This record gives sequence, structure tokens and C-alpha cells, in this order.
Amino acid sequence: MSEFHEQIKVAIPALRRYARALTRDAETADDIVQDTLVRALRSEHLFHGGDTRAWLYTILTNLNRNRLRTLSRRPVLTPIKDGDAATGAPESGGRDIARALDELAEDQRSALLLVVLEGLTYREVAEVQCVPIGTVMSRLARARSQIKTYLDGERPTLRRVK
Amino acid sequence: MNDRDQIVSEDEINAYVDGELPADRRTVVEAWLATHPDDAAKVAAWRKQAELIRARYGAVAHETPPQRFNLNRLTRRRSGAIVAAVAAIVAAFVIGGVVGWTARSVEAARPSDLTRFTADALDAYRLYVVEVRHPVEVTGDQRPHLDEWLSKRVGSPLRAPELDKIGLKLVGGRLLPGPTGATAFFMYETPSGERFTLYCGRTSDRDTALRYTTGEQNAAYYWVDGDLAYVLSGPAERDKLREIARAAYEEIDRRTPPLGG
Repeated sequence: MSEFHEQIKVAIPALRRYARALTRDAETADDIVQDTLVRALRSEHLFHGGDTRAWLYTILTNLNRNRLRTLSRRPVLTPIKDGDAATGAPESGGRDIARALDELAEDQRSALLLVVLEGLTYREVAEVQCVPIGTVMSRLARARSQIKTYLDGERPTLRRVK
Repeated sequence: MNDRDQIVSEDEINAYVDGELPADRRTVVEAWLATHPDDAAKVAAWRKQAELIRARYGAVAHETPPQRFNLNRLTRRRSGAIVAAVAAIVAAFVIGGVVGWTARSVEAARPSDLTRFTADALDAYRLYVVEVRHPVEVTGDQRPHLDEWLSKRVGSPLRAPELDKIGLKLVGGRLLPGPTGATAFFMYETPSGERFTLYCGRTSDRDTALRYTTGEQNAAYYWVDGDLAYVLSGPAERDKLREIARAAYEEIDRRTPPLGG
């Protein structure tokens, strides 16, 4: 196996993790990972050294963005949301985090996940998202305060029900 | 001391949490946090969020990636007949879209218990099967308590079938919301750690045939016994799943007193 293949192979588990959190749906996530791998293999000749891992994250992030655009053009497919809600529901510990992620704009979600789940630096995220570092930082700040609002907002609702 | 240098911005608080600050600013931020409880609370909240995200999705990276990610296989397909592959992908999308559309309009009209139970059961399977620390609420060694509790909540006597003879150990169970109300969810495990789940709730469906549904990686058998619908879910290996479904079906059937008897 070539070094290039080896680098791709070791990245697969992390790509699956990122895709799962990004889509909150196991099958959609693996579809995107597979698509990412196929594209990476096909573009081997375009890849001149550099950070394979960051490059794979870039492909995956873009593919997911494309997928969401396609979905938004086809409202009939939005029932996928039902599955997402179920996925986020009864997990102890992470009970609301999946739904909180659901509420975020795609670029904010991807920035936050790349930093806290995948451990990329701000500079790497800026490259993946193709934006200046300042934009990455404001996406992170907005993502975090929105999640906080969402998680905090859940409690009074629960209290009222009781 | 120059106060202006010591003012800490929102971005710096984020960068502090993410370990992106140079050492000198880190010291400044730490001093700031000691006297600014609101910002200290933010740091704690941002860390907690990161923990929740890692707790929720971190385990995915420890799963063995499915065979379809085998790079040699993906490469072979690529170097084989690209045109054919592209055509197949396009066709899959077109067919998928059409089937999705059609299936949706049919199901929107009247989703059957088969559809609803199977979809919910597969969701629950996918959600919990990857769970390392909390796959169940009540563990399998408390079987009598588990059966009693879930029977009471579901509103019909039910028991987790004994599947030890086909090599499946009961991990335990939990209560879940389902299409018709409270639903029991049992998880089983093979010695090698492969997991299967049995989802069980009340139904008015009287069609008792064993039905098979398959997705990309997971599949399910659905059947009805008395006033309960059962869905056995697992990896998409039809024969294996069928063997387990049959064993569970027979175990349950053997113990269910005949209706009206």
C-alpha cells in the first residue's frame, strides 16, 4: 500500500466520527465518508504533499455542504430530520447535544466539531473552510453561545411540564 | 499596569479554551478569569460542551470501519470501469429519489405499524449499539426486575427471550418511546461483541408474518405475537438475523398463553 493510501486509511475512523457528528445520522455519515475516500483516491495525482488529514476534512466538509444544499432544494426529503431528533433524544450524558448541534448553521457546526472533536487548530480549520482565521473564531463564538442558549433554554420548559 | 492590555475579548476566551493562546496571553486570561466570574462560567460552559460532544460522538472513531471503506476495493472499482460506476451512481440516485418520493407519499397516507415500528427500532438500534458505557438502563443480570418493569410500562406481559442457546447474552434493556407509546428495548451480544436488539411495543396489527427490512448496513425482522409487535435489528446479514428472529419468536411463542385460553 502506498504512503498516500496509508495516510488515508489511518484517517478513516476520525472521518467517520466527524461525519457522524456533522450529519447526526450514521448511514448518511458513512455515505459521505465513502464519497470522500473515492474522491481523494481519484485526485491522488492532484495532491502534492501537505497535510492529507486536513485535505480529507476539506473534501468531507464540502461534500456535506453540497448535500445540504441539495436537500434544501428538495423539501420532500427533509423528513430526515425526524431521524435526527430520535438520534438526539434519550442518550444519557449527551442528551441534548445532538439537537443543539442541529440548530447551528452548517459552517458554525463544522468549525466547532473540527476544533473540539477532531482537534484541528484554528489555522487548519481556516484552511478547511477556506476563510480567514477571524471568521473561524467568530463562527466558534457564535456556535458556543447558541448551544448554551439552547441547552439553558431546555430547563424552564421541562420545569413547566412538571 | 496598563489596563488596556489586560482586557480580554470573547475571542480570547474561546482561544484560551481551545489552547490557541500564546503563553503570555494565557497568563493574562487566567488572571482575568479569577476576577470575572461571568467569563469564568463561560470557560466552564465551553469545556462542558466539548465534553458532551466528545462523549456523544467520540466512540465512533473506535468502531471498526465497515468493509466498504476498504481502499483497495474502492481503488479497484475506480480503475475498472469509471463510466459504469458513474452510471450506476447516477442511476442509484435517480432510483433512490423516485423510490423515496413514492414510498414517502404512500407512507404519508397511512404509515403501518410495520413501517413505524421498524423505523423506530432501527433508529434505536443505531443509537444504542455503539454505546459503550450506557447501552442499557437495567442490566441483564436483573432479568426478573427488567421484565416486570417493562411489562408494567408497556402495559402487556413481556419477557426478554432467552437466546443463550444460540450464543446471545442479554446485555439488558431500557424503556423507549415508540409509535404506540411505551416500548421495551432489549440488547443482546455475541461473545465477539456483535450486538442485536429486540424492540417491542403494543400493536393492533394482526398480520403475524415475519417481515424483513434492510438498510445499507442494518436490517430488521418484524413480527406480531398477540398484542405485541417485535422488531429484531442487527447488522445486515439476512441469514444470521433470521436465525435469531426465529429463535426469539419461538421462545416468546412458547411462553405466551394462547389467546382466549
